[in-house]
Amino acid sequence: MITSKKNKTLRAGAIITAAMLLIIIIGAFWTPYDPNAMDGSAKLQSPSLAHLLGTDNFGRDIFSRVVEGAGATFAIAAATVAIGLVVGMIIGGLTGYYGGWLDEVLMRICDAIAAFPSILLALVLIALFGSGRYKIILALGILFIPSFARIVRSEVVKQKSMDYVRSAKLMGVGDMRILFVHIMPNIVPVLLSTVAIGFNNAVLAEASMSYLGVGVQPPDASLGRMLSEAQTYLMSAPWYALSVGLAIVLLVLGFGLLSDGLGGRYDA
Amino acid sequence: MKSRILALILAALMTAALCGCGGGESAQGSAASETAEAETAGAATDTAEETTGSTGEPVYGGEITVGIAAELDSSLDPHVSSSLAGTREVLFNIFEGLVKPDTEGNLIPAVAESYTVNETADVYTFTLREGVKFHNGETVTVGDVVYSLTRAAGLDTGEPLMTTLSGIASVEATDDSTVVVTLSAPDTEFLAYMTAAIIPEGNDPDEELIGTGPFKFVSRTVQENVVIEKFEDYWGEEPYLDKVTFQVIEDSQTMVMSLQSGAIDLAAHLDASQAAELSSLTVLEGSMNLVQALYLNNAVEPFDNILVRQALSYAIDKYEIIDLAGDGYGTALGSSMYPAFSKYFDDSLTDYYETDIEKAKELLAEAGYEDGFTFSIAVISSYTPHVNAAQVIVEQLKQIGVTVEIEQMDATTWYSDVYQGRDFQATINGFDASTLTASAMLSRFTSDSSKNFISFYNDEYDAAYAEAVATVDEATQIDLFKQCQTILTEQAANVYIQDLAEFVVMQTNVGGYEFYPLYVMDMSTVYLMG
Repeated sequence: MITSKKNKTLRAGAIITAAMLLIIIIGAFWTPYDPNAMDGSAKLQSPSLAHLLGTDNFGRDIFSRVVEGAGATFAIAAATVAIGLVVGMIIGGLTGYYGGWLDEVLMRICDAIAAFPSILLALVLIALFGSGRYKIILALGILFIPSFARIVRSEVVKQKSMDYVRSAKLMGVGDMRILFVHIMPNIVPVLLSTVAIGFNNAVLAEASMSYLGVGVQPPDASLGRMLSEAQTYLMSAPWYALSVGLAIVLLVLGFGLLSDGLGGRYDA
Repeated sequence: MKSRILALILAALMTAALCGCGGGESAQGSAASETAEAETAGAATDTAEETTGSTGEPVYGGEITVGIAAELDSSLDPHVSSSLAGTREVLFNIFEGLVKPDTEGNLIPAVAESYTVNETADVYTFTLREGVKFHNGETVTVGDVVYSLTRAAGLDTGEPLMTTLSGIASVEATDDSTVVVTLSAPDTEFLAYMTAAIIPEGNDPDEELIGTGPFKFVSRTVQENVVIEKFEDYWGEEPYLDKVTFQVIEDSQTMVMSLQSGAIDLAAHLDASQAAELSSLTVLEGSMNLVQALYLNNAVEPFDNILVRQALSYAIDKYEIIDLAGDGYGTALGSSMYPAFSKYFDDSLTDYYETDIEKAKELLAEAGYEDGFTFSIAVISSYTPHVNAAQVIVEQLKQIGVTVEIEQMDATTWYSDVYQGRDFQATINGFDASTLTASAMLSRFTSDSSKNFISFYNDEYDAAYAEAVATVDEATQIDLFKQCQTILTEQAANVYIQDLAEFVVMQTNVGGYEFYPLYVMDMSTVYLMG
């Protein structure tokens, strides 16, 4: 049953996410100002019609940068989740389906990864890889594998004793085909909400990484980088940090509601 | 390998900080310039003159807490230490040499009462001041001086602890109060190196820190603080404060908030934006006394081509950098020398390359890069002014079709990869002088210098520098040093930017802070107001 409350949640999440996505997509092609263009005569201006969210310490338009930064953050989060999802599905699928020593080895590795605080582990990986946009995606992607793998594994274990799988086996369908063509589509509902939660975590993780200076490199904008730059001006230009923070909140809130709504939809 | 491990430790620390303050941090921002050299331990001391610009009556006594932006070196040995300027700055209060710098950049007698230099500038004779005491209560003798200089110059081991003292051939005590230092070659600048710390005979600073300065060392808690206390038997002007605690606060925002809350009384090396947040306190504007530049690796493509380097010099507008990244505070520079070195500073070089985009494009085309090129700027992520300058440069170079990537790294990685490994294309950092000599700024660009991390090889420069160092006549020497600077500018060895402005912020009841042309923080003149 779909309760109307869940439905509202889903709808609200969809609207917020769609609005953010729309802004990000438009922003990829057009922003009011060049996000990196500096203007010495317009430093730290408060919000006005010319600059919707004001300007930063280099005279750059904060609105344009928030839009571009949200795009960068979104792209990194999406890529991160994609890595986690794809690799997690393969690992979780194989371990869940075959079990045995493969299951033991891979899942213990996943346990080991999950045992570390994620930010610490990300920083360790970055110390090994070096910093930058793509390194961050790789580092965070690796961190996201265990949670996906575990969820996929438990679902596959549940599904593989079901009748449709047994009959497929009896008909002589190959293992890989059973796993990825028959079983996987049946666990999509569970994955959907996991993806939404994972995406939220990825947004926050990117923000933390860039905030620590190891993510997106200046002068390019990302929400985390902007937040760290804004903190110096917390008193003199509060709108700077506020608008960046708000963008993060909206991104996360949209997906949070979406996942909540989706979860409710399939739970019933 | 070591840097990797350090990077990991750093990562762990950053995480700790992140959890701790529920929001993380981006390390210290206030751009302490790192001299990045295992040179002089800045063993000079302080003048205790009462020249203050503050109102309120100074009182003797009391204690203050000073915020410092970085942890000090693991060893506080004044003879070895100091790749970090931050260490020198603290040790300045504890140790002093035969002579010491004053606020004007002159060298004044300290442990020595007077000195004479022979005509060929290779024999320096010092007469000791009477009754100078060490912190352990003993009187300084010629034996202590001979021991200190022998140790620092590595005369016994053959390995100078302080490279500046490698020119010493012998140190002898001729009587109870006279020490004669003989050099292997004439060096008119040698006196500036005699700020090397005087320590008691037989003392190992790694075990016990004993100096003759106005403050004595009390304790150090790694990652936390260094505590010093007034030395009652100091020979010079009595310091005002009884006790000073140097508190390590690595996060720039925490530093600002600590000042606001009154948790610390004084912090130096703040930038304009931080100072602006603290305008209700006493804010002093000074200069960091360093040369901030886009240092170019002259050995790699495309910067091995002088035309490319010149093109960059024409395309980068240093005034715009000062305006955008420094809120308009800062002094434009044109070569490897800053104005505090008034003797050697040549103002005419500042605008040698007037910003001219067309000219820059022509030069690039002539060099065969009409379509531009891509390079990366390595910059230490916690040094905000350098990161900000890099951001402005990225935009400026877009105009001539050159694409720049900023590569942020931690200080340890920068030191091992960029500075020592010379594995970089360009980097922004600030270099200061650890001694009051022109060669402290200029020696690094000679072909055989181990500190020549930009791999600048120029015969004319080497010749001019060698001649300058060997010249006894001061006027000729100054000319030659200026010639060296001119060569650096003409060759566009680096794209020179500015001497950064820095701000000292104090609680309103603190006064007496004085700026030096060196990277030091003199606590002996600082006082609380009654």
